[in-house]
Amino acid sequence: MSLVLSRLGNTVKRLTSFSKLCKSKRVFASNEKSKVPQKPTWSHVEENKLTEETLIDNETIDHLERMSLVDFNNQAGIDRLNKAIRFADQLQLVNTTGVEPMDTVLENRSLYLRSDEVTDGNCQNDILQNATKVIEDYFVAPPGNIPLPDQERDYGPASAKKRK
Amino acid sequence: MVGNVFQVAQKLRNGSLIPSEVCSWCIRRSQLAKRLNVFITELPDYAQQLAEKSDERIALGKPLGLLDGIPIAVKDNYCTAGIKTSCASSMLENFYSPYNATVVQKVLDAGASVVGKTNMDEFAMGSGSLDSIYGPVRNPWSRVYARKRQMLTAVTSSAGVAIQQAQSGHGVSLSASQRIPDNYDDSYKSFSMEEDDWLIAGGSSGGSAVAVASGSCFGALSSDTGGSTRVPASYCGVVGYKPTYGLVSRHGLIPLVNSLDTPSMFTRCTDDAAAILATISGIDVMDSTTVQDCSVPFSLPDDASIEGLHIGIPEEYHAPGLSEETLDTWTWVADLFERAGAKVTRVSLPHTQYSIVCYSVLCVCEVASNMARYDGIEYGYRSEQALSTHALYADSRHTGFNDVVRGRILAGNYFLLKRNYDAYFVQAQKVRQLITADFRRAFDAGVDVLLTPTTLTVAPPYKEATQHDNRTMSAQEDVFTQPANMAGLPAVSVPVKLSSQSLPIGLQLMANNFEDKLLLTTAKWLEQQVQFNRLDLVEDSLGLGELVH
Repeated sequence: MSLVLSRLGNTVKRLTSFSKLCKSKRVFASNEKSKVPQKPTWSHVEENKLTEETLIDNETIDHLERMSLVDFNNQAGIDRLNKAIRFADQLQLVNTTGVEPMDTVLENRSLYLRSDEVTDGNCQNDILQNATKVIEDYFVAPPGNIPLPDQERDYGPASAKKRK
Repeated sequence: MVGNVFQVAQKLRNGSLIPSEVCSWCIRRSQLAKRLNVFITELPDYAQQLAEKSDERIALGKPLGLLDGIPIAVKDNYCTAGIKTSCASSMLENFYSPYNATVVQKVLDAGASVVGKTNMDEFAMGSGSLDSIYGPVRNPWSRVYARKRQMLTAVTSSAGVAIQQAQSGHGVSLSASQRIPDNYDDSYKSFSMEEDDWLIAGGSSGGSAVAVASGSCFGALSSDTGGSTRVPASYCGVVGYKPTYGLVSRHGLIPLVNSLDTPSMFTRCTDDAAAILATISGIDVMDSTTVQDCSVPFSLPDDASIEGLHIGIPEEYHAPGLSEETLDTWTWVADLFERAGAKVTRVSLPHTQYSIVCYSVLCVCEVASNMARYDGIEYGYRSEQALSTHALYADSRHTGFNDVVRGRILAGNYFLLKRNYDAYFVQAQKVRQLITADFRRAFDAGVDVLLTPTTLTVAPPYKEATQHDNRTMSAQEDVFTQPANMAGLPAVSVPVKLSSQSLPIGLQLMANNFEDKLLLTTAKWLEQQVQFNRLDLVEDSLGLGELVH
């Protein structure tokens, strides 16, 4: 059936092209012969070839927030990550057997290394001027080694999240 | 005369113009274009001081070089000593770098006048220049577009009076022969456009693109990680050029994705791009990823020739969503090359479709790592939180970063989790290798330059663009541009023609690594063929172009 439809499609296309030819020879000649493909060439991504969709769980949300020191803010933030993961899942469709990962485009060149010598300094004031809080010549931070407090957060019904 | 760097430099040399006049003219243009929200920091006094020094040098017959006395704008992610560098983020709203980025130092050393720091997406994350704490950048073609639409509406409703009003009512007409009025800013407001009825400039370097398109400067420094220069160049009708990775130092460019970030530029023409490259390129001890290449500096031949040139048309660049007009333009230009004697063949870059996916992973992973430096202690926004160091970090970062930045950090850290590292990050690095190999194969087979669209469509209206979130939008806007970053290739977007709605359509050319001269020479040939009418068209009393739509 689909074959018939596609043949029909081709016939219609041919007819359209023919009528174009009658109307404007130049347009026909230009587009049909052009090296530029006139139809989209991307292959359709078949969802069923991908692994099951990831919906991040509360434990992961908590872990990511502590590690990143930023939070998701709301359910929309979590949805965006889920979508980003789904988008990235398409990479599974590429066969990378035997392919070396690439860190940089310059990996096959020898890069210049300067000698390990101090070349600047005496810029204490320049460096400190951007800190909001300094005491004498020191940056100031609140007490360290205190884990982030547990918080109760609710990002909505889809992913109700409670920290103990 | 429509000014470009070469023409103005010539006038400066023969004394018919002096740098401070050129500078005043650009500053006036930037004031007229204020509603477009181009600059985060305007530097009229600083620019004027620099221009006066150029006046003296040139009067003595000792200019520092071609750029002496030429007004240049700088994207706000380049460090500038003593001048705020905000990256359009609350995080760096009060950040004053103690040093100049190498490229900034180089344009200053060449005598250029820096007229301002331009608006952008926060930390260059975006493709619309919409996500800035200073508000979005507007496309200077919005007025042309709105007027055209208004006229079309008037025609279809057969109200001839409306056309007359549209043409004369507010002082600016479509005719290229009229000057822009003094009340440009007022006319912008009174023009019957709704507040949010305007076109996006593209991003993330939208401010720099519009600075050039509006005549506020002759060239603008920008950055390009996945298309941040070429996308806005295409939308705003200017040349947007990303050099080969490694030719230009990244020292002092606030990093987004170190392995993809490329200092780039907007110019009025391809010759100017070559001139700016000559000024800013070169090995830099402060950036170990710069390389010395004997191919730079160069200038472009007067009569750019494409004899014997092999143009490749990558068939995978007809992506879903490509507009008919952009497709027609691409087709037209491919034929133009062929008719002029170039060899034009179709080539296949089979992994193109996965490039944007690969980019989406590599980008957020490097972002997560790069953004770790912002903790509010040494520099940047610091919250009042004093409970603990970690609480201070978290609170400063929550307030200092916008949703997009936070979202990318979280996504990056997700892909970098031990359990995901191989499946996402390493897999993306492998796909990047394949994408690069695709390009290498095409160039090894004899292709000199690849010709593709720059963007799927012309600049979309703000209302339409904001229907998608930043991530979805980047996946659409950067679809044709980020592969060049993956492979480090030099790439340029050249404005080719206007759409039926009177909006610029740009096409992209890409060449092999370090073939920047060949790339820009080919771009120059195209530029000479299509004679694209930029916005700065009409001569004024200084002999420079005035902004007329």
